[in-house]
Amino acid sequence: MGQILVFVESSKGALKRSSIELLQAAAQSGETVAALAVGSAADALVKEIGANGGQEIHLIKDASLDSYNPELFAAALTPVIEKVGPHTLLASASSLGRDLFPRIAARLKTGLASDCTELSLQGGQVSARRPMYSGKCFASAEFENSPVKIVLMRANQLPVKAADPSKTGTVTEHALTKPDLKTLIKEVVKGTSEKLDLTEANIIVAGGRGLKEAGNFKLLQDLADALGATVGASRAVVDAGWVSHSMQVGQTGKTVAPTLYIAVGVSGAIQHLAGMSGSKVIVAINNDANAPIFQKATYGIVGDLFDVVPKLTEEFRKVLHH
Amino acid sequence: MKIFVCIKQVPDTETKIKIAADKSGIDTAGVKWVMNPYDEYAVEEAVKLKEANAGAQVHVITAGPKTRAADVLRTALAMGADEGILINSPENLDAYATARALAETIRAEGGAQLVLTGKLAIDDNASSVSQMVAEFLGTPHATVVSKLTYTPESITVERDVEGGSKEISQLQLPALVAANKGLNMPRYASLPGIMKAKKKVLKEVEFASLNIPASDVKVKHTNFALPADKPPVKMLSGDSSQQAAELVKLLRDEAKVL
Ligand SMILES: Cc1cc2nc3c(=O)[nH]c(=O)nc-3n(C[C@H](O)[C@H](O)[C@H](O)COP(=O)(O)OP(=O)(O)OC[C@H]3O[C@@H](n4cnc5c(N)ncnc54)[C@H](O)[C@@H]3O)c2cc1C
Repeated sequence: MGQILVFVESSKGALKRSSIELLQAAAQSGETVAALAVGSAADALVKEIGANGGQEIHLIKDASLDSYNPELFAAALTPVIEKVGPHTLLASASSLGRDLFPRIAARLKTGLASDCTELSLQGGQVSARRPMYSGKCFASAEFENSPVKIVLMRANQLPVKAADPSKTGTVTEHALTKPDLKTLIKEVVKGTSEKLDLTEANIIVAGGRGLKEAGNFKLLQDLADALGATVGASRAVVDAGWVSHSMQVGQTGKTVAPTLYIAVGVSGAIQHLAGMSGSKVIVAINNDANAPIFQKATYGIVGDLFDVVPKLTEEFRKVLHH
Repeated sequence: MKIFVCIKQVPDTETKIKIAADKSGIDTAGVKWVMNPYDEYAVEEAVKLKEANAGAQVHVITAGPKTRAADVLRTALAMGADEGILINSPENLDAYATARALAETIRAEGGAQLVLTGKLAIDDNASSVSQMVAEFLGTPHATVVSKLTYTPESITVERDVEGGSKEISQLQLPALVAANKGLNMPRYASLPGIMKAKKKVLKEVEFASLNIPASDVKVKHTNFALPADKPPVKMLSGDSSQQAAELVKLLRDEAKVL
């Protein structure tokens, strides 16, 4: 049996849910699960990695890896991946994962399947499926000529069960040989939002032109707060300058697949649907019964959003005790 | 300064996707092809840099089937690029082999000071080719860039990352930058631009002539399928208070997502 290596990411000292999903999926395969964590806080993750199935835990504890630099990360990770020698490398299709692993794949002369939504690891075989044409169809990614099969998984696609704190892994530390860098990170300007990014969010409340003006996004913010959700938007309102492009869902925005997607005053143009039709449950609130969004929705409410949304917020608050 | 812009032809975003009978891809019959939207930002940025820096030259390059892919180069030439290169390649070449072909061709053309690309192509959504081209050319890269400032030695870029955060970094040239929306407002090809484009050089390179081994194809997409049909929508009746209460109940008890 071979090894599966999981690259883990953390936030505020804890593993991201997407990393836990990958560790648990790897553990289920019955193969040896190696994990790789980087940065000065990597130590603090060891217990959690072990409890979620990581058996051989590799750390690069260099503080220069606390913020992301593509060149430095590629130089740090590649030799460790080569040393560990997994047949499959799993990482999440996060900003970091999507930027870094194609470069590493090229360096390792191996294949990469990005942005996958289905994963199966059985008998040393990996198979992954991914949305194509922004979710208008799906295809299997089949590897060939690939010493390490690199799979980047979208968040929230795999089940997570409670961790088992009795399980622990062995730790190996690796030194970082710093290359001459041609990239200098000058500044990281933190976003104002403390919420999960759209691509990681489990619940999304999205607003469209039906909201009439920028200030009315407050209604959605309240609804999102009641649900612990992240707010998204259609391109129409991004182009109107009501909200930033980082909030756009769709073919030229973010492709998302949360458990619950509530579309408010969004018509459901094909380019918007392309970015969210993979959501598990879709709720549409629109005053036009013929809006195309209803064709993709699980539950639909025909009504005036200015009337429905505040009532819904109140109802969620009651039920969820927020 | 020599700028290369790597662009891709993709189905128009309005396209209804149909699957080919053998499930090896989509049925391309009747598909309207356009420039990948993110590549428009890359072309625009290159043309702007050219306008601001005397002596700069913009080469656009695409890998795709000769039968259609030249159109996307014509569009870029009409936007103001100087020269186009078509790498006549098989349909559905994977990211690794595509990046190898682009890098080889850029190198054969004398190399680039700056390579611009779109942050991803909306057909396979892989966001891989840019970083791979940078690796094969041995240059630094920055993806998802919404602001670029150029000096002859280096560029400063703003990258959009998770949670609305921005990373500002400086890259020594030569470098590769993958454009995000927000970088600029792509111009429309003007009629004079389209006329001028007809006289510009459009070279053709055969993929086979690049000597890229078959083992450089690493991933094949197979078994294409449309998403499973959703059950029909359940419309909630009553006044807004009843609808709100009913929805919360259904989300909790039926869909079990709360
Ligand atoms: C190349 C290209 C790429 C694109 N990419 C994207 C993309 O990534 N994402 C995206 O979203 N779009 C994208 N679009 C744009 C897309 O075609 C639509 O224009 C856009 O999604 C419409 O946004 P909307 O639903 O907010 O606005 P509209 O289509 O104007 O819909 C507003 C909706 O609000 C409803 N409404 C109005 N008032 C109320 C009320 N009081 N109560 C309840 N409902 C109300 C209306 O009935 C209507 O259905 C793209 C387009 C192109 C050409």
